[in-house]
Amino acid sequence: MSEPVSALHGISDDHGLVRITELGPRGMITLRGDLASSAIKKAATKGTDLSLPGPGQAVLSGDDGVAWMSPDELLVMCAYDDVQARLARMTKATQGKHALAVNVSDARAVIEVSGTRAREVVAKLAPVDLSPDAFTPGMFRRTRMAQVAAAFWMHDDTTFRIICFRSQARYVFDLLKVAAQPGSEVDYF
Amino acid sequence: MSTRLATGGRLLSKDKALSFTFNGRRLRGFSGDTLASALLANDQMLVGRSFKYHRPRGIVASGAEEPNGLVNMGEGGRFEPNQRITTTELFDGLTATSQNHWPSLDFDVGAINSKLARFLPAGFYYKMFIHPRPLWKHVYEPIIRRSAGLGRAPTAPDADTYEHFHAFCDVLVIGGGVAGLQAAKAAARSGARVLVLEQTPHWGGRAPVDGGTVDGKPVDKFVEELVSELADMPNVTLRNRTMGAGVYDHGYVLGYEQLGDHAPEKPGPRHRLWRIRAGHVLTATGAIERPLPFAGNDVPGVMLASAVRDYVVNYGVSPGDRTVVVTNNDNAYLTAIALKYAGLSVPAILDARVLPTDSPAMEQAKALGIRVLMGHAVSSVKGGKRVTGVAVCSQSGEGAVLEEIACDVVAMSGGWSPVVHLWSHCGGKLLWDETQAHFRPDVDKAPIGADGHGFVTPAGCANGVMQLDAILADAVQAGEIACAAAGFRARHSDAPTAEPSGETPMTPVWMMPQGAGIKLRSKAWLDYQNDVKVSDVQLAAQEGFESVEHAKRYTTLGMATDQGKLSNINGLATLAAARNVAIPQVGTTTFRPPYTPISMGAIGGEARGDVFQPLRRTPMHDWHAANGAEWEPVGHWRRPYAYRRSGESTHEAVMREVRNTRDKLGLLDASTLGKIVVKGPDAPRFLDMLYTNMMSTLKPGKCRYGLMCSENGFLIDDGVVARIDDDTFLCHTTTGGAERIHQHMEEWLQTEWWDWKVHVANVTEQYAQIAVVGPNARTALERLGGMDVGKDALGFMDWAEGTLGGFAVRVYRISFSGELSYEIAVDASHGQAFWDALMVVGADLGAMPYGTECLHILRAEKGFIMIGDETDGTVIPQDLGLDWAISKKKEDYLGKRAQARSHMADPTRWKLVGLETEDGSVLPDGAYAVAAGENANGQRNTQGRVTSTYHSPTLDRGIAMGLVLHGPDRMGEVLEFPRLDGTTVKAKIVSPVFYDPQGEKQNV
Repeated sequence: MSEPVSALHGISDDHGLVRITELGPRGMITLRGDLASSAIKKAATKGTDLSLPGPGQAVLSGDDGVAWMSPDELLVMCAYDDVQARLARMTKATQGKHALAVNVSDARAVIEVSGTRAREVVAKLAPVDLSPDAFTPGMFRRTRMAQVAAAFWMHDDTTFRIICFRSQARYVFDLLKVAAQPGSEVDYF
Repeated sequence: MSTRLATGGRLLSKDKALSFTFNGRRLRGFSGDTLASALLANDQMLVGRSFKYHRPRGIVASGAEEPNGLVNMGEGGRFEPNQRITTTELFDGLTATSQNHWPSLDFDVGAINSKLARFLPAGFYYKMFIHPRPLWKHVYEPIIRRSAGLGRAPTAPDADTYEHFHAFCDVLVIGGGVAGLQAAKAAARSGARVLVLEQTPHWGGRAPVDGGTVDGKPVDKFVEELVSELADMPNVTLRNRTMGAGVYDHGYVLGYEQLGDHAPEKPGPRHRLWRIRAGHVLTATGAIERPLPFAGNDVPGVMLASAVRDYVVNYGVSPGDRTVVVTNNDNAYLTAIALKYAGLSVPAILDARVLPTDSPAMEQAKALGIRVLMGHAVSSVKGGKRVTGVAVCSQSGEGAVLEEIACDVVAMSGGWSPVVHLWSHCGGKLLWDETQAHFRPDVDKAPIGADGHGFVTPAGCANGVMQLDAILADAVQAGEIACAAAGFRARHSDAPTAEPSGETPMTPVWMMPQGAGIKLRSKAWLDYQNDVKVSDVQLAAQEGFESVEHAKRYTTLGMATDQGKLSNINGLATLAAARNVAIPQVGTTTFRPPYTPISMGAIGGEARGDVFQPLRRTPMHDWHAANGAEWEPVGHWRRPYAYRRSGESTHEAVMREVRNTRDKLGLLDASTLGKIVVKGPDAPRFLDMLYTNMMSTLKPGKCRYGLMCSENGFLIDDGVVARIDDDTFLCHTTTGGAERIHQHMEEWLQTEWWDWKVHVANVTEQYAQIAVVGPNARTALERLGGMDVGKDALGFMDWAEGTLGGFAVRVYRISFSGELSYEIAVDASHGQAFWDALMVVGADLGAMPYGTECLHILRAEKGFIMIGDETDGTVIPQDLGLDWAISKKKEDYLGKRAQARSHMADPTRWKLVGLETEDGSVLPDGAYAVAAGENANGQRNTQGRVTSTYHSPTLDRGIAMGLVLHGPDRMGEVLEFPRLDGTTVKAKIVSPVFYDPQGEKQNV
């Protein structure tokens, strides 16, 4: 098998207010089921030191992470190469239960926006209250950026990680470049 | 003449001179000037021509309400028409030209219309051009359209960029005058997040010009301290040059920030559209002075009294040497006093009121030696392109001239109207205030939010509170109401105290003089920009346009770019008088956002150029681009239409791709096809409901083609379903259908079958999918090796998982071309590498990529339908001869009941057939087959239409599919299809399967 190639080959840009980088392939699994059940909890977190996130939240540690997507859906994140093993574990954990675990790693791209103006660059595109009091690391938001679906969390207080569809990675990257154009400081946060 | 004064101009930096041009003339101004004040400083009072009569028009106002001062700004990619000079900040190098005249501003041929005014009354166009009917479209309308309009349309692409910004706050204050600032402070003391928007570059609104003292300090000092106090509060954001443009449901407000208009050399976006969610909205939008309706009130030099003192105080500009003030209130006396202090002459104040004793303002004016004429009015204004004097009369008379006073400016004031626009945008109601003769917000009928409570609170002048001391108290109260409404506890602090002004009430004046005859009334303008006069509104009333909304449209009152900011109240008072009803009975027209026009660029935001649309790209997109792909948009995807080689036309490329795929080996990027995983114990039952055919009987390892219908029976999608295991299916959809069908599934699961155990996930983009098609397909895959793709191991309509060339793959033995064909799914991150591997092993097998047009021809030769070609939302599977894919055994499926309705079972529904032209040519797409006779509209009757049509290189002739009345029963009959060029082409009805009807080629 070839080396996995992410949508934008890991390009980055730092000509504007923030640094924009496409991160390489990342393992992602959509896990649907009864989030209150122990099977789902086990499927999502077994083998990690993570707990289950509440609505609007993500629990992250290194490559691993679990994000709350909807009342019956989680996004489990891991290293790209771990996906098959994790899927196998999940399938085992949910044996006999009504649940779905499916690999979506290649269907997505992850783009990082970092810098002190990261909040305002993202706020130009997403209808989300991104003031430091309202959105903090540990939170996770499914939303849109301009015309496409996106989800993001804060890796630290000045870094966003944005998940978008792979086919739209170029669009999202270019959008962020426009939103970060020099001279477009907002100074709102 | 108007000129720059030696002193004054509180907003100017006189050490910073700027140069600009107007109609090519090089002029000078100062930093801090508006274009209007700089033009006045250069004695340029005449700034444009009116819309209809091409009357000379001068500057009337000093702010957003200006109707006349609209110019073409900039050049090339920065050219923009209809820019308001009173709100345009001067910058070095600004270029502007006046509008709506030919050949020049000073001499305009169109002014002949003014002489014809008697023949161009309200509704002129409607009356004049209605007969004869056909002339309207071909003669009248083109001429009228050419003569209409103010500025020119830009021709070059916009050189600037724009953006949006999503902001959230607890209290949004619109307006940075004393009321807005004081209210912001009152709200911010609670800890609420407060955002203050001010449309101008300056804080304090009118107060610094109009004067007064607050807490013993001059009001401008008070404003300065208040702004710096607010700026220091961490929970307060102040934005000037940002207009509150519109208030919408749920506390949604649009703000319009002009970042680059005053400094075009600055990098960054020109405008920013603020998309604000506010807990509560506070409108402190001030008030606008009303003109007085007297004859000749549109002659350049007739200005609002407040504007005259703004130009004197703010910009150190004298609009003229001699100013006659005409008023019905005390406020305009401030203008006379300001002019006097600036050393200018005020020959008289004509006050329409008759007061028992002098008001304090009158006393002050008289003390300065100004002649005050009570009960007097302007009979008419003298002058053409500039005021030369006024004829004075009694307000209560019919205009008999008592004396003439020479002057070059008339400063008029008809009272003040609160800016209720933003209050009204989302449904706030208004009250008529008799004393002040204006509409103000009815605070008991505020716009209602989602919680059933009002979400807008007005403050200050915008609330009809007109005196400084009362404004401050009202602002504190409004600020406390606003923060409480946003969920904070107000921390009360007493309002600062201002010295009461002791104004004597105004007297409404809706016509000057009161008994003006038709001659004067037809020279008394209400709407300057659209040329609507008092006589026009009266005519509208006389002709039965009683509703203010009808009268507005009939006369065009308030329909210009200023949306009637100066004309509305005078207009509806005129209408009320003409109808002999009270003003509140007439009511107002509807206030709609935006408050003043905002740029299209700001609305579009970042969506231009590369990011105009979110184009979707497959993992092999770059390869396609590098190999001659011509793109076809399919949804937001870009798919290769054909791969053109050098020296080839697109048509030749398509023909080559078809022949090569039929003869050798074609590769298609099919990654865009939708792929939806459906899993759960109820998944078989769920799919039986979604598809017309039976899916629950499909065995794991097998594929089946299926049709999906809406609950109305119409075909909405098709595709191949693969059963992965007992509980799991993978449903392929059309390229454009992936998101729609995923949503369709979720909707049924969430609303109707919420208790069924089914999960769905859209995994379309997880896979790169490649169709390997043609006689050499198997050989190519065998060369990659890793799994058995032979006929016995992987028969037609089987699928298998395995590896090929070291890639983990899922292989589907399905065919949309009629050839031996495999569709191979590989993780998207390996898609390009797998494609490359196929090109390598296929090199000597004739491997070539093919595009969507080739795909279409291959499927049409086989008679396979395409969603969107053979279907259009009105077609059911039975129309397409797909009865074999409709299960008779199932009790129900979506669409079953609808398909049993009489018109769905009607044997006269047009049905799918093949069409073969007699001369071998290609039928025009969408062409209709004509039948005998005409329908009720006098059109030819029809009996069928073309749904797909191509040149088939395989058969070397045109082939087509179409829907034809009783088509399948009419094999061999010849139909006539008229072409657009008037000729007719004949085509024979044949089977839609043109190629390999037995299916031998795909099943090898």
